[in-house]
Amino acid sequence: MTAPARPAAGATPLVRWIPVVVPVVFLVTFFGYPVATILGRGLWPGGQLDLSPLGDVVGDPGLRDVAWFTLWQAALSTVLALAVGLPGAYVLARYRFPGRSIVSALIVVPFVLPTIVVASAFLALGVEPSLGAILLAHVFFNYAVVVRVVGGLWAHLDPHQEEAARVLGASRVRAFAGVTLPALRPAILAAASITFLFTFTSFGVILVLGGPTRSTLETEIYRQTAQLLDLRTAAALSILQLVAVVVLVVVAGRFQGRRAVALGLRATAATARSVGSLGDRALLGANLALMLALLGVPIAVLVARSFATANGPSFGFYRALGELRSGNVLFVPPVDAIVNSLLFATVATAIALMVGGLAAFAVVRHRKGRALEAALALPLGISAVTVGFGFLIALDEGPLDLRTSWIIVPISHALIAIPFVVWLIAPILRSIDPRLREAAAVLGASPRRVWREVDFPIVGRAFAIAGGFAFAISLGEFGATLFIARPERPTLPVVIYRLLGQPGAQNFGAAMAASTILMALTVVAILTAERVRVGDIGTF
Amino acid sequence: MARRVPSILGCAVVSCLLASSALMSTFGGTPAGAVPAAGTHDGVTLTLVTHDSFAISKSVLRAFARETGITVRVLPSGDAGAALNQVILTKDAPLGDLLFGVDNTFLSRALDEKVFERYRSPELARVPAVFRIDATHHVTPIDHGDVCINDDKAWFAEHKVAVPRTLDDLTKPAYKGRLVVENPATSSPGLAFLLATVDRYGEDGWRVYWERLRANDVKVVSGWEQAYNGEFSAGEGGGDRPLVVSYASSPAAAVYFSDPRPTKAPIGTVLDTCFRQTEGVGILRGTEHPRAARRLVDFMLSRRFQEDVPLQMFVFPVRDDARLPAVFTEFTDVPTHPAILPPSAIGSHREQWIDEWTAAVLR
Repeated sequence: MTAPARPAAGATPLVRWIPVVVPVVFLVTFFGYPVATILGRGLWPGGQLDLSPLGDVVGDPGLRDVAWFTLWQAALSTVLALAVGLPGAYVLARYRFPGRSIVSALIVVPFVLPTIVVASAFLALGVEPSLGAILLAHVFFNYAVVVRVVGGLWAHLDPHQEEAARVLGASRVRAFAGVTLPALRPAILAAASITFLFTFTSFGVILVLGGPTRSTLETEIYRQTAQLLDLRTAAALSILQLVAVVVLVVVAGRFQGRRAVALGLRATAATARSVGSLGDRALLGANLALMLALLGVPIAVLVARSFATANGPSFGFYRALGELRSGNVLFVPPVDAIVNSLLFATVATAIALMVGGLAAFAVVRHRKGRALEAALALPLGISAVTVGFGFLIALDEGPLDLRTSWIIVPISHALIAIPFVVWLIAPILRSIDPRLREAAAVLGASPRRVWREVDFPIVGRAFAIAGGFAFAISLGEFGATLFIARPERPTLPVVIYRLLGQPGAQNFGAAMAASTILMALTVVAILTAERVRVGDIGTF
Repeated sequence: MARRVPSILGCAVVSCLLASSALMSTFGGTPAGAVPAAGTHDGVTLTLVTHDSFAISKSVLRAFARETGITVRVLPSGDAGAALNQVILTKDAPLGDLLFGVDNTFLSRALDEKVFERYRSPELARVPAVFRIDATHHVTPIDHGDVCINDDKAWFAEHKVAVPRTLDDLTKPAYKGRLVVENPATSSPGLAFLLATVDRYGEDGWRVYWERLRANDVKVVSGWEQAYNGEFSAGEGGGDRPLVVSYASSPAAAVYFSDPRPTKAPIGTVLDTCFRQTEGVGILRGTEHPRAARRLVDFMLSRRFQEDVPLQMFVFPVRDDARLPAVFTEFTDVPTHPAILPPSAIGSHREQWIDEWTAAVLR
């Protein structure tokens, strides 16, 4: 039912292959080559392939436990995030209520917060390091992934289809399971895959909230690479990670299959309804209460702390942000850190939308698209330290000597954001009813006009959501850049980490103030992205 | 049907790449120092690779630039271990000209990997022998800090409990459930405190000591931030443990970074529990500017640099005639006999000790 994979008549091969070639070149240059180089250091010492570390790792019961724990905590976190997030996706997609757009922007805030800051809020609320704390934090961080990825499609589904099933005698459950669920499947799978990969490679949450006895492949690879410099073991562990990620992505792809159905997508305005019945109100109220408890309370703790100076509530810590260590060579005024953060995020978002957007078209239109989709997901599942150290030893020559260039920071952010873009856009592209395009073509529209009038308005919203995510990923990303030699362009998360590195009420308070600014930036960025009007169907 | 789509986006990619390369040339690579002025090394820019905790005053580097014509670009590269490992992995195409931040716990790895040029600074004459950690003169000592137990003075006064004085005291019932430490596998002060106990109780006794600490309900967290700002009762997170593994300089920092500044330090230091970390700089093998790099090493040992170090990094200078700022002389106690282990012993046993510690304390 999807658009046929045949080339359009008259297209030059170059133009036709750009959607494949650009993402492949980007991925190979900034991911495949660096990762292969660092794995090579571990597995080809002295020019000889030595696979014994793989055997050592698989044979080590301690490391087997680590691998098993990594898998099941990620699986459990994903199930929990879906369970908590899907009802949230429903109410935000289907109900019209005052403050809806603010709520849907606010839920992205956790996504950008440094783990150490979130952990301090959790501790203040009495959440002690434990398995429960890990799961809670993973739901906290990934709630927005589920709500926005699934909600993005849900908001466009025509409710009349489910209503038709009800009229024809199907029960409410049956109508949902038979009509809505299959339509949502690609988005649910995308949200589940993203959440799984994020939690599979979770680093700070495990270290800070898991307590000292818990480790995952990610924390173990960090220890082997950054602390012990045991590249053999690190390479073997990275290969385990790779295998797990490839299996996951292939399985997820199978489930999505080629059965993606063309859906009658509708404008969100046409699908949302006002809150009428008691049941509606209860459902909406329960979800808002859940968001408040899960996301609102920890965030409120941080904001409150940013104002709680020794002299009572004041902006003292915000002023301190501009004054503490202002003579230091690495100091940046808060405005500069904000500008750096915004600049990196803008460049990262542009790269991610460009490369990911092209890839989404390739994924839908080319027969080998699935392989590209899977390959682009790999950076999400590979340790940041592997990629970071790989950059250092691979990208060290000629025009590619980007090791100390600032561009490497947005590039590393884009690597993480690209799978979002592909997974958000490809299902929607697949779902566009080909008859719409055919009708437009029959009525004399040029291919360009068909794209502009048919495809883009529908894909536009997915682009906006993906762009918002890419922006938020870059604003908050610290893990990937932790292992890259950063030139003197500190972003807000870097400033926060520096402040938290020394004792004193001013340092801590200023870190909370910087976190609050970071949250505010995120909300503004997401709200701005949502204001973008893309045709009638994409209006929010 | 798909024909136009790629071409639109394709053009956009090209323009994006062009735009970003233009940005790169205008935005990237501005050195952190100041305008180079008259000197013998006019126009030379040195890249100083270091860890994320590095800090120095702009005015100090500006003075160096005025004096020598050398501009210094600072490149923070993760924690001390990660920064050293990055330098080791990029030996063949060095990331910079010098590495600052190799301490006695990592010194032997740096020497084994031969990442540094030999250099014996004439300024070393002003550095007491106790800080000269590298007899081979590949790493020049710049600062030292003592990892110690800090106590929450208010808590001990309020609960009418005596502040512990020794490592042994920590195993007494009075201090059950009062101490929080960092995991030596993931934290530099955590490792230093483990080394303090190895030094005090010896190869045969330190595990027994930790088993007693464990029986006394010691709490282990991953890093300093969680220990100090999460669990420590005098930290900002409002924890409930009045004893924490931190630094002898923490009382000074706690005063300096408070508004209004208290007249007495809110925390104290248990002087019998300290381990000395001495940290230095080395010139990276393969630098194109060996002479300029040596000037920088000399400068880092000069009084101007040394006297700037305490309030920037909250560590102590190694130079004997460097004056300490008032907040240090007033509020810090310096241990007279901190634990000191030879770097080679640390280098050859570090992983084994960490593994044994993990087995004794966490399993």
